[in-house]
Amino acid sequence: MPSTAYLAAVLAIVFAITLALRAVPFAVLRTLRGSAIVRQLSVWMPVGILAILAVTALHGTIAAEPRATLYALLAVAVTAGVHLAFGRRTILSVGIGTAAYVVLVNAF
Amino acid sequence: MTAPPPTTRKEQIIAGVRDSFSAGLGIFPLGIALGLLVIQAGLSWWLAPALSLAAFAGSLELLLVGMMASVTPLAAVALTVLVVNFRHVFYAFSFPLHLVRNRLAKAYAVYAMIDEAYAVNASLPAAERSAPRLLAMQLACQTYWVGGGLVGVAVGAALPAPIKGLEFALCALFTVLTLDAFRSRREIPSVLLAGASVAVALVLTPGVAMFTALLLFVALLLVRHALTARRSAPEAADA
Repeated sequence: MPSTAYLAAVLAIVFAITLALRAVPFAVLRTLRGSAIVRQLSVWMPVGILAILAVTALHGTIAAEPRATLYALLAVAVTAGVHLAFGRRTILSVGIGTAAYVVLVNAF
Repeated sequence: MTAPPPTTRKEQIIAGVRDSFSAGLGIFPLGIALGLLVIQAGLSWWLAPALSLAAFAGSLELLLVGMMASVTPLAAVALTVLVVNFRHVFYAFSFPLHLVRNRLAKAYAVYAMIDEAYAVNASLPAAERSAPRLLAMQLACQTYWVGGGLVGVAVGAALPAPIKGLEFALCALFTVLTLDAFRSRREIPSVLLAGASVAVALVLTPGVAMFTALLLFVALLLVRHALTARRSAPEAADA
């Protein structure tokens, strides 16, 4: 168990940086709005950032349990399949995909 | 959805809570996952609600649990928060903060500007947006998140042994969100650049792959912007 001081420091850092990232752009919006680069990036970034998060999360899962690489890939396919086949219901897709991985990892 | 737009304050608040339901379906179970992770990582239960109040950023909190459990250096924590949440910088462009007059309410609306709140609001027609509706939706979302976390720690504490593989929920969530963000063929170049970035990052710096990948991705987008601008410059000159 990490020390309480360490945990408090993490919480303080997380609070300050998250809030700043959300608040500062409103403050400098006038300058930012005119920038073609920033406008372009705001359109291009979201899908790429999410894809990077998806791949690094998958990599983390595999690194923690290398023998389950195939199961992790299967569970990703299940998640995506359920999401596209059953009307993009996040709860359903994440739930079934996670359940598939948990069952595969624990059963075999 | 042909109901007339809500007019009274009460109707707007009810509409906001109703807006929150679709987001809540994703948020509440993730909150439970966060609570379970906190317990399974061997951390105190109070970290689940503390994280949800300090950060209120779902995916980041799930990442932070692992980092805290392994006592990751604070500088690395700060860098991760900065990089993972940097996308919020771009929400300011289209988030209707101008609707909120009260200063405290304004501060809360900014603090609680999570992905789901941004997305739910963005899907509303501009005429139906209002401060009470927005704030009610955001407060409801945070309630689901904190409540889910508390349920998660309760369930986690009652389990005889940790459930192996539960951390996959994060991977599944990002997969689903990527699919949702992929709306048209116009997204293909971004996905390809992101794919290249993350492949290079995993090979060169597997320890800090996410950070390297995001930096590379932004760099590639800047190059792409420069190329696009150069290509369209002659057309603009003609016009």
